[in-house]
Amino acid sequence: MSDLSEGPAETIEEVTGSGIPIRGNDIDTDQIIPARFMKVVTFDGLGEYAFFDQRFDDEDNQKDHPFNEARFQDANVLVVNSNFGCGSSREHAPQALMRWGIDAIIGESFAEIFAGNCLALGIPTLTADHESINALQQWVDDHPDEELHVDVVREVVEYDGTEMSANVDKAQHKALVEGVWDTTALMEANAAATRDVAESLPYVESDSLPGAEADD
Amino acid sequence: MSEGTLYDKVWDEHTVTTLPTGQTQLFVGLHLIHEVTSPQAFGMLRERDIDVAYPELTHATVDHIVPTDDRSRPFKNDAAERMMEELEENVRDAGIEFDDPTTGNQGIVHVIGPEQGITTPGKTIVCGDSHTATHGAFGAVAFGIGTSQIRDVLATQCIAMEKQKVRRIEVEGELGPGVEAKDIILEIIRRLGTDGGVGYVYEYGGEAIENLGMEGRMSICNMSIEGGARAGYVNPDETTYEWLAETDEYADDPEKFERHKEYWESIRTDDDAEYDDVVTIDASDLEPVVTWGTTPGQGIGITDPIPDPEEMDSGDADVARRAQDHMRVEPGETMEGYDIDVAFLGSCTNARLPDLRAAARVVEGREVADGVRAFVVPGSQRVKAAAEAEGLDEVFTEAGFDWRDAGCSMCLGMNDDQLEGDEACASSSNRNFIGRQGSKDGRTVLMNPRMVAAAAITGEVTDVRDLKEVSLA
Repeated sequence: MSDLSEGPAETIEEVTGSGIPIRGNDIDTDQIIPARFMKVVTFDGLGEYAFFDQRFDDEDNQKDHPFNEARFQDANVLVVNSNFGCGSSREHAPQALMRWGIDAIIGESFAEIFAGNCLALGIPTLTADHESINALQQWVDDHPDEELHVDVVREVVEYDGTEMSANVDKAQHKALVEGVWDTTALMEANAAATRDVAESLPYVESDSLPGAEADD
Repeated sequence: MSEGTLYDKVWDEHTVTTLPTGQTQLFVGLHLIHEVTSPQAFGMLRERDIDVAYPELTHATVDHIVPTDDRSRPFKNDAAERMMEELEENVRDAGIEFDDPTTGNQGIVHVIGPEQGITTPGKTIVCGDSHTATHGAFGAVAFGIGTSQIRDVLATQCIAMEKQKVRRIEVEGELGPGVEAKDIILEIIRRLGTDGGVGYVYEYGGEAIENLGMEGRMSICNMSIEGGARAGYVNPDETTYEWLAETDEYADDPEKFERHKEYWESIRTDDDAEYDDVVTIDASDLEPVVTWGTTPGQGIGITDPIPDPEEMDSGDADVARRAQDHMRVEPGETMEGYDIDVAFLGSCTNARLPDLRAAARVVEGREVADGVRAFVVPGSQRVKAAAEAEGLDEVFTEAGFDWRDAGCSMCLGMNDDQLEGDEACASSSNRNFIGRQGSKDGRTVLMNPRMVAAAAITGEVTDVRDLKEVSLA
């Protein structure tokens, strides 16, 4: 994964690797990373807290959870059901998944802020229908060592000799495939036009505007 | 696509350009920040050597991690102290106004914006918190964003977004006694689903919405996100203008008020506007709604039976079975009589002055049930001061409630206010997710503030309408 501080983003046309299924609808960001692990000022080290409360009991003993299973430790493609990532806007959630090792997520549907946060990290979120997802989850479960291929460009997931169509949101597709997901750089280039809009808004006072030297 | 709605107009007014991704570069009129989701964004700016572009349009508070009992510095919790220091340094370096607890203006980010008059109609407002939707109550277009987007806003005062569809939710009828805004939104989420709003912005209207004060409208817009909609709004009207005229921004500047009001009027939804979807709900036979499960969509009227997973679609049934197992409730029963250990009156959904007043009327002259921990966490220092000025603190403390300082507190349990073990909590907050209130075994029952007060008094989920001699006016 590229460091966002380095400037222009890389293109993300595909992700290849083994899968890991997380079953269940409405898996919220509080489950993905409990709030108590957010008392931090950087995202470093969040990977070990992914799904923490589903993975460990009060005495820190491991519970049954795919993220604990040895056979899934090298997985990098997460397969989920509907409304994944609902709830809080915390980017800590995809950050934790990414730092655990996830590079792409395939699901029935995603909460919007979560999908947006994933895009900002260069993690594609692909959607497919209920039956296709169930079948993929089962296959991943049965074949933890086998690779699947997430083709963002063609919007398909290839596994076991089959090709499953999966939707990538239009803007996300363009951003990932053309490497234009560094929105800061994109929008900074339009500083002058931004200032024009600010000036046109009746509620923006002129002394709130940045100096002329800040323009293009 | 929608046409002529407030959302369409505000979107157009704030559009800078179309980005190569096809997304709109949208100007942000107000950026609210707090200590949890902003430090990493400031860190990214430092890495790139970028300054905050529009510090005057950014406003900071501290809410998620602040203690609600002892606020002396350094905070007892080292991690909380570190986050506070980080925020202090960031806002000082950037020249951003910060309502720290010494100002008397500190509070939950979604409470302070409206009370100071910086939340206004027709503004685009963003914050790294999903309940930013709250500000839509004023006719603002307000979204929760992630930290990378906070970086974008700090750097450029813009976000990259795709335009969404608009669903009009028409809420008809008059609310019965004891039924509040909270019940309306819990009912909407129950009917449309926790993901029903994905891809949509909700425009709330109709008699029941128009009759609400600004605080009730805020409770409804606040929970738009729980229904999957990133934003929700109510068109500005006389109720909105009356509120704004009294705020810091406008109280001493009638000329500015009139000038801005002209803009506010211009962005109201047109009479002949077109929507992508319209839903109508009759609120006249609504009763107090409580949740039985672990998502805000799992709600029922207080006298209704808990639904049977066997009668649901397979996906929903799995979620419901797990939820009922966690909550230890049975299909067919009602939630009345469900034992609680904790009563929490607080959060950006329901910790404003009318919420505290309504709850205090239920509490007055009664006592918190034995063994119940009950506490009130006002939404802001101003709410707290106003409540104390009318003696509400005494009503609560005499009944056995703890009267605390402002913050997010046990809504998500990032400070020391947390459920312990498998405690059950009657909560005026917005999320009943497992682990949400600080304990992974904790059980949260969402309800309106009067119902929280009633539960505190009886020690169990109670229909407030059945409590004798309670004024529900």
